[in-house]
Amino acid sequence: MGNVFKIIEKTIHPDALYQDVLQDTNGAVAIFAGVVRNHSGEKRTDHLVYEAYADMAEKKMKEIGDEIKSRWGIVNLGILHRVGRLEIGEISVLIAVSSPHRSEAFAACQYAIDRLKQVVPIWKKEVGEDGESWIEGPQAAHSGN
Amino acid sequence: MKIKALFFAACRDIVGNRELDLDVGEGSQVEDLKNVLLVKYPELATINNVLSIAVNAEYVDGNAILNPGDEVAFIPPVSGG
Repeated sequence: MGNVFKIIEKTIHPDALYQDVLQDTNGAVAIFAGVVRNHSGEKRTDHLVYEAYADMAEKKMKEIGDEIKSRWGIVNLGILHRVGRLEIGEISVLIAVSSPHRSEAFAACQYAIDRLKQVVPIWKKEVGEDGESWIEGPQAAHSGN
Repeated sequence: MKIKALFFAACRDIVGNRELDLDVGEGSQVEDLKNVLLVKYPELATINNVLSIAVNAEYVDGNAILNPGDEVAFIPPVSGG
């Protein structure tokens, strides 16, 4: 199975995708969870607010799945990203990948989170002791080519 | 012709709306729409050089031609994860 690519508003549990990506031919499952941390640099974070362009975000996450399929032959994967207000310790993003052996699962999982941070239209607002501000990723998602 | 513009995160804060129905000339390019909005919302200039644009949920260049009913999204640098 696999192929769950969703923006969701409710709590993500760490096992949410595990059962979904299992397959009898696969001996490895890699799971990555992004979790809200209590600081940003020297500043204390109270909570985060995530916003998404949900239709496009789900489409781009599915494209990441397609890239992983063509690069590693992996079809059993899923990505969930939460939106709305998240407290410290809550999961913002969960990625699960299963493959016959561990090296592909680790590599594909790393690739999925790296690509997500580059191209998927989701934004994070930090709310903390100095007020609130939208965080901008390191680069424009699309630089004109 | 009518198009729908979508604004997210810092863009939405500047424009004050998540969604606007706008009238643009036939054959307008994405860049033309951007220039109209820059005049109307000068503060957009602060993030203009890092903005990406998507038409109907796909990233496009500034010279992409708009069609009636297009959904044009203004996308600040993404920060998911």
